Amino acid sequence: MSQQGYVATPPYSQAQPGMGGYPPGFGSTPAQPLYGHYGGQPQSFPTPATGMMKPAPHSGMPPPPVSSPYISNGQQNDAPQRYPAPPSATAGSYGQPSQSPYHSTSPQAQPPAQQLTNQMGAMNLGYGPGPTQNSQAPPTSHPSHQPFQSAPPSSMGHSSLGSPPTGLQSHQTASPQSPTAGNPMGGPPSMGGMGRPFPGSPPPGVGGVQQFGPGAVRPPGYPQQPQGQYGGQMAGPGMGGGAAQMAGPPQKKLDPDSIPSTTQVIEDDKAKRGGQVYTTNIRGQVPPLVTTDFTVQDQGNASPRYMRCTTYSFPCTADLAKQCQVPLATIIKPFAKVPKNETPLYMVNHGETGPIRCNRCKAYMCPYMQFIDGGRRFQCGFCSCVNEVPAFYFQHLDHMGRRVDFYERPELSLGSYEFVATLDYCKNNKPASAPAYIFMIDVSYANIKSGVVRLICEELKSLLDNLPREDMAESSSVKVGFVTYNKILHFYNVNSALAQPQMMVVSDTAEMFVPLLDGFLVNFQESRSVIDNLLEQIPDMFADTNESETVFAPVIQAGVEALKAAECSGKLFIFHSSIPTAEAPGKLKNRDDKKLINTEKGKTLFQPQKGVYEQLSKDCVSQGCSVDLFVFPSQYMDLATLGDVSTHTGGSVYKYSNFQMETDGAHFLSDLRKDVRKSIGFDAIMRVRTSTGFRATDFFGAIHMNNTTDVEMAAVDCDKAVTVEFKHDDTLSEETGALMQCALLYTSVSGQRRLRIHNLSLNCSSQLSELYKSCETDALINFFAKSAYRAILNQPLMAVRDILVNQTAHMLACYRKNCASPSAASQLILPDAMKVFPVYINSLMKTAPLVSSTELSTDDRVHQRLITMAMGVEESQLLLYPRLIPLHNMDYSSDVVPAPLRCSEERLTDAGMFLLENGHFLFLWLGQACPPELVQNIFNVPSLAHMPSNLSSLPVLDNPQSKKLRSIIDSVVAQSPSSMKLQMVRQKERSEMLFRQHLVEDVGLHGGASYMDFLCYVHREIRKLLT
Amino acid sequence: MATYQEFIQQNEDRDGVRFSWNLWPSSRLEATRLVVPVSCLFTPLKERPDLPPVQYEPVLCSRANCKAVLNPLCQVDFRAKIWACNFCFQRNPFPPSYAGISDVNQPAELMPQFSTIEYIVQRGPVTPLIFLYVVDTCLEEEDLQALRESLQMSLSLLPPDALVGLITFGRMVQVHELSCEGIAKSYVFRGTKELSSKQIQEMLGLMKPTASAPQGRPAAPQDPAAACRFLQPVHKVDMNLTDLLGELQRDPWPVPQGKRPLRSTGIALSIAVGLLEGTYPNTGARVMLFTGGPPTQGPGMVVGDELKTPIRSWHDITKDNARHLKKATKYYEALANRAAVNGHSIDIYACALDQTGLLEMKCLSNLTGGHIAMGDSFNTSLFKQTFQRVFSKDYKGDFRMAFGGTLEVKTSRELKVSGAIGPCVSLNSKGPSVSENEMGVGGTTQWKICGLCPSTTLAMYFEVVNQHNAPIPQGGRGAIQFVTQYQHSSTQKRIRVTTVARNWADAQSQIQHIESSFDQEASAVIMARLGVFKAESEEGPDVLRWLDRQLIRLCQKFGQFNKDDPASFKLSESLSLYPQFMFHLRRSPFLQVFNNSPDECSYYRHHFVRQDLTQSLIMIQPILYSYSFHGPPEPVLLDSGSILPDRILLMDTFFQLVIYHGETIAQWRKAGYQEQPEYENFKHLLVAPLDDAQEILQNRFPMPRYIDTEHGGSQARFLLSKVNPSQTHNNLYAWGQESGAPILTDDVSLQVFMDHLKKLAVSSAA
Repeated sequence: MSQQGYVATPPYSQAQPGMGGYPPGFGSTPAQPLYGHYGGQPQSFPTPATGMMKPAPHSGMPPPPVSSPYISNGQQNDAPQRYPAPPSATAGSYGQPSQSPYHSTSPQAQPPAQQLTNQMGAMNLGYGPGPTQNSQAPPTSHPSHQPFQSAPPSSMGHSSLGSPPTGLQSHQTASPQSPTAGNPMGGPPSMGGMGRPFPGSPPPGVGGVQQFGPGAVRPPGYPQQPQGQYGGQMAGPGMGGGAAQMAGPPQKKLDPDSIPSTTQVIEDDKAKRGGQVYTTNIRGQVPPLVTTDFTVQDQGNASPRYMRCTTYSFPCTADLAKQCQVPLATIIKPFAKVPKNETPLYMVNHGETGPIRCNRCKAYMCPYMQFIDGGRRFQCGFCSCVNEVPAFYFQHLDHMGRRVDFYERPELSLGSYEFVATLDYCKNNKPASAPAYIFMIDVSYANIKSGVVRLICEELKSLLDNLPREDMAESSSVKVGFVTYNKILHFYNVNSALAQPQMMVVSDTAEMFVPLLDGFLVNFQESRSVIDNLLEQIPDMFADTNESETVFAPVIQAGVEALKAAECSGKLFIFHSSIPTAEAPGKLKNRDDKKLINTEKGKTLFQPQKGVYEQLSKDCVSQGCSVDLFVFPSQYMDLATLGDVSTHTGGSVYKYSNFQMETDGAHFLSDLRKDVRKSIGFDAIMRVRTSTGFRATDFFGAIHMNNTTDVEMAAVDCDKAVTVEFKHDDTLSEETGALMQCALLYTSVSGQRRLRIHNLSLNCSSQLSELYKSCETDALINFFAKSAYRAILNQPLMAVRDILVNQTAHMLACYRKNCASPSAASQLILPDAMKVFPVYINSLMKTAPLVSSTELSTDDRVHQRLITMAMGVEESQLLLYPRLIPLHNMDYSSDVVPAPLRCSEERLTDAGMFLLENGHFLFLWLGQACPPELVQNIFNVPSLAHMPSNLSSLPVLDNPQSKKLRSIIDSVVAQSPSSMKLQMVRQKERSEMLFRQHLVEDVGLHGGASYMDFLCYVHREIRKLLT
Repeated sequence: MATYQEFIQQNEDRDGVRFSWNLWPSSRLEATRLVVPVSCLFTPLKERPDLPPVQYEPVLCSRANCKAVLNPLCQVDFRAKIWACNFCFQRNPFPPSYAGISDVNQPAELMPQFSTIEYIVQRGPVTPLIFLYVVDTCLEEEDLQALRESLQMSLSLLPPDALVGLITFGRMVQVHELSCEGIAKSYVFRGTKELSSKQIQEMLGLMKPTASAPQGRPAAPQDPAAACRFLQPVHKVDMNLTDLLGELQRDPWPVPQGKRPLRSTGIALSIAVGLLEGTYPNTGARVMLFTGGPPTQGPGMVVGDELKTPIRSWHDITKDNARHLKKATKYYEALANRAAVNGHSIDIYACALDQTGLLEMKCLSNLTGGHIAMGDSFNTSLFKQTFQRVFSKDYKGDFRMAFGGTLEVKTSRELKVSGAIGPCVSLNSKGPSVSENEMGVGGTTQWKICGLCPSTTLAMYFEVVNQHNAPIPQGGRGAIQFVTQYQHSSTQKRIRVTTVARNWADAQSQIQHIESSFDQEASAVIMARLGVFKAESEEGPDVLRWLDRQLIRLCQKFGQFNKDDPASFKLSESLSLYPQFMFHLRRSPFLQVFNNSPDECSYYRHHFVRQDLTQSLIMIQPILYSYSFHGPPEPVLLDSGSILPDRILLMDTFFQLVIYHGETIAQWRKAGYQEQPEYENFKHLLVAPLDDAQEILQNRFPMPRYIDTEHGGSQARFLLSKVNPSQTHNNLYAWGQESGAPILTDDVSLQVFMDHLKKLAVSSAA
């Protein structure tokens, strides 16, 4: 199969009128309540005129228990054992006679080759060269540059992956003949990963029809498919079909290069737009990918660093939006870092009356306000209200109707800027004061023993010089305070007037309070000697502790009370070791129970325990107290609960399991440093205003919502992003487009109250093709990740995964139906802007929170969930598609980092050395046959066998290889918001498992399909939707 | 035979006992007819330089419910080596160690001059004294500075091995750890949350981890090492604590306009009590509270923090308008009882211009034998000297303080114990000699006196058992034994035994004798204590009426008069002063609330019920000395007639020391005659009362308020309110006379009082 199957020609040709229509033959179909986007409206889909011909199902699995109600979902990422195939006897009864031979002759032995691989094979056949030829195709060449041989010209807008319109039948027949490659996974067992999830035997043609009919009698043999509320009916048979296809004889291996490549897309975008200036003067313009280096010039729209949308062309009507199922969302990172060559935000001061706003909708003055009446009035771009211009703000208009001072006023010409907030915007109408950082160190036995306490104390001495400050300020005005605790709390008076710090012990954890006022929160510079003295003493003071119990909620409570007493906002840095079992509010007990996974109660593992912590979050938010949590657990510590406050207060959670000074110390310190230095705003309230016709309906992030519109964040730093979903209220006009204004009221690190405004204008279109053309895959996947991670709090994992698959299929099917030129049903046609979307979705479904594996620690899964919820697009992109950088054959003399490879085991070579990073993990993979000279140059040992086992950093050696490698690692770590620990992985060693988890194109270690299989499966789903 | 005066004096000197009657009526009826009960003032630790303690244990009567101590009144059979208990008549053999006893070789306790004897016993572990400072930090800087200095100074006065602890409070309560090197460490408690003793100990980390106690004992909280963190020997933490006190800051929490600072006195005390309770129960300890204002939050709060609501006055109390009064009083009573159970005493040093809540807190000291000192500021010599004097030493160099005392009273069969009034709590020790008729703290034969000093004096009330028809035979003697066990300031355990006896007399035939055995001074104090005790629970006028009635009855009983002829009324010498004492008592702040805040009354009463007879009498009827060129200083009548222009008066009311310069003297002084050499005699005259005042000031505890005033001075009111208003604006006959000064008051004068008394006493209608 050749890459030519994916013609990724520019999508412009798509927008042909009439293309959205569907062949009339497919038009009228009963509604299928199956593809809701988390409860979305049922969608109608055409029924096929005839049942799809499905081969008899086959599965290499033993007969399944029929217990799972979700079997019908055919979720391919499910753990295999949950989705056993039906008994072969039953399955057999559905088999097409023509296919039964496979089935009956070698049911067990047949590798469950995928139907889609067959399809692809068939497709390949259809347009000429056979698979053999495909494999000859240069793997690196990009499909988009290749002429698509068999697709009609009208389909040039798609990336299409399809078979010629020979129909399934021909395809089916072809499959046995086709010299299909073997199981791409390398053997039946791993194939099971794909095969097992789709166990339902496909109904024969009739069965398919029945299924699609509303209330149709389900075909016999589907006892395991109750009418699930997750729309399993549809998926089930489809998947079943897949399974059956897979059951076919070994097929020729499909060329993995032929499916859309993320790395290629990234490289292409880099090549096309890298290094360029992106000017934000055009409405609805799609920015370069997050992975591309570009410079933003603000000319009326917020930089994509601040706001990035899932699509830059909104559908005009709610119906259209519903039809395409593409989420309309913006990922807002209000404090995003901007490169040095981009201008920082201007500060606007409108004087005592505060920023000028629309009287009705309260939108702030922005480029979308239209000045009329010779400049005496302005019309709000959001609500169309006409407002008087205050006298002091009056300015004449030029012949274009633009204010003469247009370029002098950032709020008229820029997408992002800041206002100085007046007292009206302050709590209790009192000027805000500078925030405080409180360091709260768990000094129980575990932390003392591991040396963390000493490490922190040592580090703080120097770290506190780097507290965040205003650009212009000489020193930071952030105050600092110190608390240590085990099951009681110790506060420290570090008043600069004291010769010695004073410790104040509060044992009354039931009702926490702050025992001192003066001297707790101090200016570091002034109290430096006392603080140094304190930090010197803390490790020794508790050196002999044998207190192993800790409290947690009272610690946060103490922090909040301290800030309350000082009347400021701030951040708590909590360094915690264990599950808090001491008698105090928020006492927790171990509730980790792997048995719950895959049950209705599995979600409880992700849910925080209610009560104390819920209230604590509210207290924190109302005080503007953010909580950053550094945990050093040696066992389960109920991170779901402990991290809950952090995730509602704009905090971060860092986890160092089984912390060891040698291997994790540097990693932790680097995290701590980054965290302390981060630019940050406190006590923030964000409001997203939109022009009429749509509005923000849902918010994801480390936020707290008291009502439906105000996003409250105790703090928001440069890495925190809020994903906002929009819904239609009304019809949008193509002419005015969709405008949004994100206003963030916050307290700066110097204690100034400010308003940060980001404006963004999008296009609106009644053509879905426009929407698909303007899609942003990275933003989409960010949205999906967050919404799925939120959904797992309330729904079983299987359901969530189903929804993901279904929505993916639905989005793509809608495109196929409405935007692509008619082509064979067997052709997989992907919108160009979304062509790598499936690989991300597949990767997402293989992430720890979403897999139902009992092997993963609950806290790890929770942790990933927590950190993802506040991620920006850059981070989520990298997390879901790690960079795999080959290191063995690069040009050591140049500065260039080698282009990353696709994340698949196939890309590894025995003689190679690879770096894999996803923003949280950093692996150095060393092939068995790694050249000894390279090993010598890098590790200073003669062979890999000589390498120390717990190496966590590379030796500093003076040779080009070592230098280059270290510089690559340094740059990789520097780019990431959190630090990473370098882990050495030698091929075929046990540690390789961890590494392999991140090869997202392969079959998941803990369940989950390979990219190829997933794509095939999605394709089948799409076809089902289309037919 | 010596006069009764001498007998009384002798008895007081030897035993520290003064009875109201030195002959006892032989039946209950007769006793009640005497009006003043058979009772005594007993000073358990009266200083006896001539009494060397003996180094052995007392010999006890073997009868289980007697256990009286061998004393000079016992009959001893030296040959049989047997002694008979004079209380229960049990015959007891002497212990083996007394084998060598004989007529000529008697142990001390059998010698008549050792009717009071002190034993040093070597029992139990020796525990050091404990001083726990509880310091209010809501003070003005000046006050705090003075207090800091006083406290630092006190460290040098403490016995070096004494344990010392520090609790500070304001809005919160801090228990300071004294053992730690480097960082000063303290445990902080919320000032509003009441904690049980167990919780406090847990939070202070004094509880051992709850390992199951193998002997089934409750987890023993007494872990000396742990306790040591808060209570350290003075010699070890001297420097540390001095620094700590030096760094003591004012309570940092802002006090908004119109508010009082939040002062968690209640919690601070409860923590102090809890800490000692957990670490050193039944050990001599002093909790010393230094407070500069009323408790304003938490349990035990006396007034809210709103300045617009003033602290309760008598007016509020009588109107039942004192919101926190009952609750706070109850709270402090509970605390006081807990401390008393553990033998810890609580001192209150309250220095503020306004009231500090002594009314509510007084029981802390009253029930535990602690001191109360009241002043305007910590930066006054009144406070500084008083505080210093707490640590004064006696002739042997021992601190004038003793701890954890229990006083047991044993009586011979004809007597029962009705109760005691003094700084004590009942130990609820029932026995046959407990009277049903309670007077003061009764219903027991044992009392706990947690803090004792040599002047601590209790009033003990007794009841004659025998009925009128079966009186006690003549010639017999009734005996009373006081057994006081206490911890000496040298940490020794000591037992002091005082055995006294008085003759029985038939009240019918020997009424004259009984009358002449009357000790009117002691009786005045004893009756005054009863009155004060009643005043705590009854309305003021009721108490006055009761006192009046008693006085009238006494006069009726012993006065010589013709019926309905007031002019004929006469009292014998032994009673002659008694009505005058009562007159002044009625006017005293112990019973009169007018012009005194509730706190002041509490303060006065506190001292009144614990001082010895002499001091008590001074309190009832202040002493007035007159200085003039006419002769040496002389005591003069406490009467407005004594206020003359050419005299200097020195009045000692115990609480105040007033030097009053008569009109002429004041003018001379103003004119500066004393500076002129030719008027050196005037200078001497001016100095004389000052010197005498100094002498009083030297020994008085607490330090009196020293007032130097003159005719017409505002402070002269202290004098004018005390003297008998024989001349007022109402009795004009005094006008124009050279003697005396009129007092502008409507109070009756002694003359009027006496006239009424006579009239009522002789009235046949009564």
